[in-house]
Amino acid sequence: MPKFKFLEDIAIADAAFEAYGNSLEELFESCALATFEVMVETKGVKQEQKEEIRIKDLNLDDLLFDFISELIYLKDARKIFFSKFDLNINKNKEYKLSGTLWGEKIDYTKHKIGQDVKAITYHLLEVKKIEDGWKAQVILDT
Amino acid sequence: MQTKKIEDYIWEIPVTEKEGMRVPARIIASEKIMKEMDQGVYNQITNVACLPGIQKYAFCMPDGHWGYGFPIGGVAAFDLKEGVISPGGIGFDINCGVRSVRTNLTLEEVKPKLNELMDALFRLVPAGVGSTGFVKLNTNRFKELMVEGVDWCIKNGYGWEEDGERIEQGGRIPGANPEKVSQKAISRGVDQLGTLGSGNHYLELQVAQTDRVFHPEAAKIFGIDRPNQIFVMIHCGSRGFGHQIATDYLRVFTEAMRKYNLRVLDKELACAPFNSPEGQDYYGAMLCAANSAFANRQVILHQVREAFSQVFHKDPKDLGMHIVYDVAHNIAKLEEHLVNGERKKVLVHRKGATRSFGPGHPEVPEFYRQIGQPVIVGGSMETSSYLLVGTQKAMEMTMGSTLHGAGRTMSRHAAKKKVKGYELLKNMEERGIIVKAVSMPGLAEEAGIAYKNISEVVEAVDRAGISRKVIELKPIGNIKG
Repeated sequence: MPKFKFLEDIAIADAAFEAYGNSLEELFESCALATFEVMVETKGVKQEQKEEIRIKDLNLDDLLFDFISELIYLKDARKIFFSKFDLNINKNKEYKLSGTLWGEKIDYTKHKIGQDVKAITYHLLEVKKIEDGWKAQVILDT
Repeated sequence: MQTKKIEDYIWEIPVTEKEGMRVPARIIASEKIMKEMDQGVYNQITNVACLPGIQKYAFCMPDGHWGYGFPIGGVAAFDLKEGVISPGGIGFDINCGVRSVRTNLTLEEVKPKLNELMDALFRLVPAGVGSTGFVKLNTNRFKELMVEGVDWCIKNGYGWEEDGERIEQGGRIPGANPEKVSQKAISRGVDQLGTLGSGNHYLELQVAQTDRVFHPEAAKIFGIDRPNQIFVMIHCGSRGFGHQIATDYLRVFTEAMRKYNLRVLDKELACAPFNSPEGQDYYGAMLCAANSAFANRQVILHQVREAFSQVFHKDPKDLGMHIVYDVAHNIAKLEEHLVNGERKKVLVHRKGATRSFGPGHPEVPEFYRQIGQPVIVGGSMETSSYLLVGTQKAMEMTMGSTLHGAGRTMSRHAAKKKVKGYELLKNMEERGIIVKAVSMPGLAEEAGIAYKNISEVVEAVDRAGISRKVIELKPIGNIKG
């Protein structure tokens, strides 16, 4: 289950959250769901549209930055809210993320709309290993 | 951090306060605003003061608050040879800005039709996440628009001939280079022309407060000529197109920093020498977004004129719907300023700050030249907005810059916990402000309590002399994404 909580006192203008996962994949899924939770009540978003995703980077901060950026891009370019993420992350020389995103075409008559997310920022961005898994801190520009 | 008072409303953080500061930082504020300023501002503005090639000072305006890289309200000018360009000094929403439009209508004429007018505006100006506009573009047409900006709109029937000269730099900044824009940015923005977006963006109906005129000559030149006159304010930017360009180049610059051996104190301050291939590419792409933002506000105005025309059964020209002015408040621009007694071309970054050119400046349109460039300051949806003019003192003191809005004091999440969208809506209606919002939680996040007192921040720039108050505008209707 994706786990995250929004933070109040870290970024005055925008949306900040902390996310957790037992594995890196779960952590990234938590971050993805938190990002869409800013835009829409994700529990009301069906999983009938599908997109494949593939990203590689040398470090985890950049991998998370590029992953969330890709989701924000797809939201505008395909007009889809995503609510389920099946991801795979491997590390050899670099980190490779691949996977499937599931969601539904944006529909104002059905979805409970929140704020648009313009971008993920590097401001206080952090991905770290904790005792029982992984934790990330993310600030979005909304 | 130690600050010293230079004169009333001007405070300085000396270079000794942080290792690596190349110039002092200066904050424009009253004592009260200074006391309440969040600590992030001090840290971020002194980080900016460390950037290579910075000229004179790193400035923060009284509406300043914690941002990413630069604080919101940050201004910094850079040498063209030794200096840098930084997406973090412009913001993700490139050329987020404000346009103010006058009308011949009065509150008495609009009030009986206010609901109908708000419905028409809400229908004709798409707002909110994922919304699309009515102008059908393809890649080639979009690339034309990136270069031509507002001229493209006028050519295609979305504006009047006179509109261009009433916009900062004619709504068409030279130097835009569509070849430096990614295919992703194009596909993200191609169907969003004429959309408001969300967050703090809005379309507002306002009443000019004739008992709150501070500069009668300028008010007259702005076209304020009757009591309770209705104004329209449009606040938005370059939408997904600009956001993607900023995201793309933030990554390019992260790599470029290694190449040019640049070190910054915050990853969001990633930058490249202005005079480098990466710096020039971003500058060319950023101006594409800037021109498309001017065009976005232009197409929205076209729709606003259409809505007024439908409701009042009159041609928008007969309703006197002239643009007062349009300003960019997230941008970097090539400008000439006085540095060490000499006129010098520099790259001025303004992030949540507005150009404030004084009387006589050649870039101010002729009909405003005697009073200075109009400055538009949008308040929160519950409070007033202001029109001001630029001053000579801004030219001398702040690289021709001033504030942009009220400035947040509370995070969106905190505001949402304090205020419920529906309650706010009802409460505002009782006070005579009709609100139409796509998102109820989004509305709560923009409550007036989340912002500084607009009158106080405007007073600070007026007293500091970097712009001069002209008139206060009070909201009666607000559309939010």
